[in-house]
Amino acid sequence: MSRKTKFCNFVVLSAFALAPLYAAVPVAAAWEPSRPVEFIIPAGTGGGADIMARTVQGIVAKHNLMKQPMVVINKSGGAGGEGFLDVKNSKGNPHKIIITLSNLFTTPLATGIPFNWKDLTPVAMLALDEFVLWVNAEKPYKNVKEFVDAAKKANGTFKMAGTGSKQEDQIITVAIEKSTGAKFIYIPQRGGGAVAVQLVGNHADSTVNNPNEALSHWRGGKLRPLCVFDEKKLVYTDKLAGDMSWSSIPTCKSQGLDMAYLMLRGIFMTPGATKDQIDYYVGLFQKVRETPEWKKLMSDGAFNQTFMTGKEYTDWVAREEKRHEELMKEAGFLAKK
Amino acid sequence: MEEIANLFNGFAVVLQPFNIMVMVVGILLGVIIGVLPGLGGANGVAILLPLTFSMSPTSAIIMLSCIYWGALFGGAITSVLFNIPGEPWSVATTFDGHPMAQKGKAGEALTAAFTSSFVGALFAVIMITLVAPLVAAFALRFGPAEKFGVYFLAFCSFIGMSKEPPFKTVAAMMIGFALASVGLDEMTGQLRLTFGFEKLLTGFDFLIAVIGLFGIGEILLTMEEGLSFKGRSAKINSRVVFQTWAQLPRYWMTSLRSCIIGCWMGVTPAGATPASFMSYGIAKRASKDGHKFGTGEIEGVVAPETAAHAAGTSALLPMLALGVPGSPTAAVLLGGLLIWGLQPGPMLFVEQKEFVWGLIASMYLGNVVGLLIVLTCVPLLAAILRIPFSIIAPVILVFCAIGAYTVHNSTFDVMLMMVFGVFGYLLKKCNYPLAPMVLAIVLGNAAEESFRQSLLASQGSLTIFWSNWLVGSIMALGLIALFWPLISQALTRVRPRPVTT
Repeated sequence: MSRKTKFCNFVVLSAFALAPLYAAVPVAAAWEPSRPVEFIIPAGTGGGADIMARTVQGIVAKHNLMKQPMVVINKSGGAGGEGFLDVKNSKGNPHKIIITLSNLFTTPLATGIPFNWKDLTPVAMLALDEFVLWVNAEKPYKNVKEFVDAAKKANGTFKMAGTGSKQEDQIITVAIEKSTGAKFIYIPQRGGGAVAVQLVGNHADSTVNNPNEALSHWRGGKLRPLCVFDEKKLVYTDKLAGDMSWSSIPTCKSQGLDMAYLMLRGIFMTPGATKDQIDYYVGLFQKVRETPEWKKLMSDGAFNQTFMTGKEYTDWVAREEKRHEELMKEAGFLAKK
Repeated sequence: MEEIANLFNGFAVVLQPFNIMVMVVGILLGVIIGVLPGLGGANGVAILLPLTFSMSPTSAIIMLSCIYWGALFGGAITSVLFNIPGEPWSVATTFDGHPMAQKGKAGEALTAAFTSSFVGALFAVIMITLVAPLVAAFALRFGPAEKFGVYFLAFCSFIGMSKEPPFKTVAAMMIGFALASVGLDEMTGQLRLTFGFEKLLTGFDFLIAVIGLFGIGEILLTMEEGLSFKGRSAKINSRVVFQTWAQLPRYWMTSLRSCIIGCWMGVTPAGATPASFMSYGIAKRASKDGHKFGTGEIEGVVAPETAAHAAGTSALLPMLALGVPGSPTAAVLLGGLLIWGLQPGPMLFVEQKEFVWGLIASMYLGNVVGLLIVLTCVPLLAAILRIPFSIIAPVILVFCAIGAYTVHNSTFDVMLMMVFGVFGYLLKKCNYPLAPMVLAIVLGNAAEESFRQSLLASQGSLTIFWSNWLVGSIMALGLIALFWPLISQALTRVRPRPVTT
């Protein structure tokens, strides 16, 4: 260990010593990966983050955006804690990046594992994932008000199915309870697809599925969207189910349900990354965003296409962390210290 | 018969030369993936997914599903030869497959395994072709309570039929449940039994436990017994395939039953692993040679393999029709569909006919091609056992270590595998059965999850498990299976039969 440290010191010192020489080289070549890049997914195969990461991998390979291959690895253990700790413990390895979802905040807060997003280096926000309130199409309620009235009447026996426990779906459920006064039984499921099917099979009364998780059942006439948990309506106007498009779903706020929630789909890298390295990945993802495959993924999933980097991104993440802490504290989801 | 016309259109798509080539490549890759422990079908398909982005969606799904078929076939190979299940669903195949290999009948065991896999898959594909919409509707009836019923039945049919003393079986199963509960509790989002040790965050992965308990444990036992494979007497016999085929029709009843169990488990979706265990358990109960199971009965290979393949194949149906994967591999394929811009669900069958029927046609052809490929390898594979133990054992160890490492890319898992190996050796020495423990590790989490989901929904009332005819009859079947030894005793007492000893 100590010999290794000494060696590292030697390398670092000599790098400083030689710094003026580097500067003298005319093509101060920007950093580029010299080994395959590991792309960690802190979630299981087949979920939203997994699909996005694998699409990126496919885009990078198809359009030759990187000289080295990109290897996607799922580290979903402990609600993603496995993946976050792995990246945290790979300090100074620029060949490892991670895609995050809301478990970037919720997992450490709920489980108390020694991890915080500040342990990582923020790279870029790729997009934000929307949430929609869904009910079974056989049910009589056509809007949020009727739904809330029915839920109140059911007197605490209304079932809300969602992905995971003390994660985004349950946070939204608690916020709905706070805003409306109705009570729900929250039933955690393993993935968004299973959640949607529980609703279609009438084993649950409502869900807050992401758009693409419920899309097919909506188009098949089995589910009905009531409202979207965003500040403004979705922008996608393609007709999907009869005359309805994503843009015809009202916002929850306009329906008297005061809650907005968006989920981060962003990229982080290992601690101790240099500016050159961050810039490289920012450039890479900017190129990815230009491709038709990416645009298709965005419109299929009705994503909010906000892109952020640098300080703007870091500030956004810091704000969201604070918000999650408040939301989870109110709900009593924080790990006991 | 619109379905039949659609199917023939599908065949026309699949029979294009490029697609046939894709199919063969996929099967070969799949067999390799199935053979390597740790690199399961799901990982294999995930790794190769990006390769297919440059193809048309139909070619791509043909390639990926063929990898899936190949992995299903390949899983049996190491189970039979070395007692190391390459895939979770081939654990039950080791029970009789490996003893057969030890008796020098590896060729027969492999042929039986491959052929039954084929039969199971064919049955499932025919079912998908004819009754896809009906089956999809049936799957929707399965809420948490019904799912728990299915797991309950799997556990009960295992305890009731065990050869070992029932209390040792229950003890082994409880150890399995305890191991399964380590890590994150999906219901509350809290960590359990990790004692602040970060490495335990992920819990004990089933594959690592299995590689250790079976693979390493087996090597330790063999070392003790004199450093040689018992299967060395195996003759290389190129006609072994046909000789085994001549025996197989005798087990048509086992086969049919296993097909039905498999399809049911695949659709619900409980998956191929419980299907293989349940089918083995019921075959043991029903067969007149049941008491010989575990000593190298060909029927004990037919039952789990048929069910596993039937389940593995029918697991694709809920994925296509409902967007719910019936197995981890199906989950990755589902991701693939979305990437290619196909939205799985009820509309897929209406809007993407060419794709769906191309896939179904490729299931027929892929399985035929797969069977031909693996059967030609049987004599070759059986010959592996003729290599001296001192050479093959280190190779197996290395494969086990690589397999354990691949699961999470972590060296901690390799050490864990060694610990499980020693543990497995000790359990075997004390005559504790390993199978119930493995079953509990695999299904423990899922069973607990559906149990607690049901209780959440019913607000703590156990009556939810009797609330409709479907869950009620599954639970009743489970209880009958659990107490079968007592029930059959009571029956013989009421209606005494001539004693045969």
